[in-house]
Amino acid sequence: MRIKKILCSALLVSCMVFAMTACGSKKAAQTGSDAKSGNITVGFSQVGAESDWRTANSTSMKETFSEKNGYTLIFDDAQQKQENQIKAIRNFIQQEVDYIVLAPVTETGWDTVLKEAKDAGIPVIIVDRMVKVSDESLYTAWVGSNFELEGKKAAAWLKAYLDKTGRGDEQINIVDIQGTIGASAQIGRTKGLEDACKENKNWNLLAEETGEFTQSKGQEVMESLLKKHKDDIDVVYCENDNEAFGAIDAITAAGKTVGTGKDDILVMSFDSTKTGLTDVKDGKIILDTECNPLHGPRVEEIIKALEAGETPEKQQYVDEEIFAAVEDVDSVKVEDQDYSVTVVTDDVIKGRAY
Amino acid sequence: MSNEKKKFNWKAVTQHHLFLPIVCLLVVLLVNVIKTPDFFVISMKGGVLYGYLVDVVNRASELVIVAIGMTLVTAASGGQDISVGAVMAVAASVCCQILSGGQVSTDTLMNSMALAIIAAIIVAGLCGAFNGFLVANLGIQPMVATLILYTAGRGIAQLVTKGQITYVRVDSFKVMGGYIGKCPIPTPIFFAIAAIILINIILKKTALGLYIESVGINGSASRLVGLNSTMIKFLTYVICGVLAGVAGIVASSRIYSADANNIGLNLEMDAILAVALGGNVLSGGKFSIMGSVIGAYTIQALTTTLYAMAVSADQLPVYKAIVVIIIVVIQSPVFRRNMEAWKQKRALRNKAMEGGH
Repeated sequence: MRIKKILCSALLVSCMVFAMTACGSKKAAQTGSDAKSGNITVGFSQVGAESDWRTANSTSMKETFSEKNGYTLIFDDAQQKQENQIKAIRNFIQQEVDYIVLAPVTETGWDTVLKEAKDAGIPVIIVDRMVKVSDESLYTAWVGSNFELEGKKAAAWLKAYLDKTGRGDEQINIVDIQGTIGASAQIGRTKGLEDACKENKNWNLLAEETGEFTQSKGQEVMESLLKKHKDDIDVVYCENDNEAFGAIDAITAAGKTVGTGKDDILVMSFDSTKTGLTDVKDGKIILDTECNPLHGPRVEEIIKALEAGETPEKQQYVDEEIFAAVEDVDSVKVEDQDYSVTVVTDDVIKGRAY
Repeated sequence: MSNEKKKFNWKAVTQHHLFLPIVCLLVVLLVNVIKTPDFFVISMKGGVLYGYLVDVVNRASELVIVAIGMTLVTAASGGQDISVGAVMAVAASVCCQILSGGQVSTDTLMNSMALAIIAAIIVAGLCGAFNGFLVANLGIQPMVATLILYTAGRGIAQLVTKGQITYVRVDSFKVMGGYIGKCPIPTPIFFAIAAIILINIILKKTALGLYIESVGINGSASRLVGLNSTMIKFLTYVICGVLAGVAGIVASSRIYSADANNIGLNLEMDAILAVALGGNVLSGGKFSIMGSVIGAYTIQALTTTLYAMAVSADQLPVYKAIVVIIIVVIQSPVFRRNMEAWKQKRALRNKAMEGGH
């Protein structure tokens, strides 16, 4: 009986503490919006902190929208849950922020809450992933990566590199280790490669299998591909760095080598994380196309344009670089635009935030 | 007379509880005879065994280890532990974090390997004990009780690794997911075999196996006979947790890192499926460890087969689902009863026709 009483009271106390802290955090958030009338208040609902890329994305936002630059940023980490993001946006509306920035966890299910924001007259800027809404006017602009362009750049580099090294007319066998099927990064990057394979008659796309953006799946898929296609594979096109790490391990375990030699397998990758670029420097990954998480400056441009009464472009892409292990190709041309290729050095890796 | 004897034997074989699981595994493998003839070729390459079959046995190791624990939990409590995948991630992150000494990436071991492995297994055991306490002592439904760690586990793992992927690029750590010295057989296979043998010895040499079955069939009755059914249920969850921890260490050693988001992702579902494919009843009671082990190898054989057949990635789940449906339906008691009835009917009709002649 006594134990029950003690337990009961302990529960009540913990409830009270919880309620009090909840109140406290709410208050803190509200003072954020009332603070200094001169500042522009921006509410940012972030997906979570699931990867280095995401952390760099959050940091970029925090650095851009600092008090020093004349902003008050209310940052909300949704921990991968859409309902948390919807709650956060409703809070932002209540706090009467000037702008809402949303990095959505999923593409669908935003109609209602974005309508509420629109009715409150708050412009919404979407970053990273896209939203699918019935009415395009529910958001003001979108900032993110052009995944298809990333794929095209990588393919263009491969073509230029093969031409340069005298393999332009050889039969080139490519395998594609795709990302999680249906992710926009997977769709864009796969399309970039598929289009290039249609254009170049001597490129054979032997297989497309998903590595689900993870190292272990990338390894497993590559193991199997090596057995199926024996010595035929010339190029492995991995749709992110983690898959590339797995693929390289599988290739080495099968007694083959990666690199630029005659019998080596060329490994291409995306994202350009710090660890990825280290492998580029070591010549294991031949080309790493960047997926830039630094969305802050682009979002600020849009906000500045809106402040000045202009209408910003609806879709805006961030600038993305190309990192190579070799110097053979200086720049690649995609859709009449030149993109320079950076050769990875220690300084490049040191300057990498993620 | 001899004919009758043969028939009798055949029946004994088909009635064996492992008959259907083995048939299913063979059917999945036989598809390859037609589609990918070199599926069964095993060669030596670079000093190690090389071939699709090696991949199947190697890649299934974690699933086998987890499925053993899942079988025990299922048998004793009549429910499943859906937190095993998350517990794997927790164990992996604890192990890697200790080895890296808190850094994101390391080239040298900061602490001894034994310490890291023991700590990881203890933490995994604690996770199992937590589940066991909720299920056995508080009488919460297993699915609900383990849902807590299913959701919180990856969060805990993230907390341990500070949200980063911790890399341990040390060769001695890669051994557990790779090869021991010049041994041509991948190490994970040894882990799986060791787990199978160890658990079988424990179950056979002690009365634990019998106790688990009786608790699973009727907990109250077992208690009345004098079995501590709470303790036995609790124990199965601890064993399940420890095995998940071992699987987590193997999985993280394969990629020499602790990827809290992805290690053991959806493995709990595959483990439950392995238990079901092994002919075990998911509501508890009689169980067969070997059935679940065969079930686990069947699942991996299916995955590797689909890779070998170059089924495109977006259609992969459909083929997997179709095969799983067929296997589960064949093993369902209603289907088997109907088949039996149909056979008898046909036999009767044949007899009647013979009589008519």
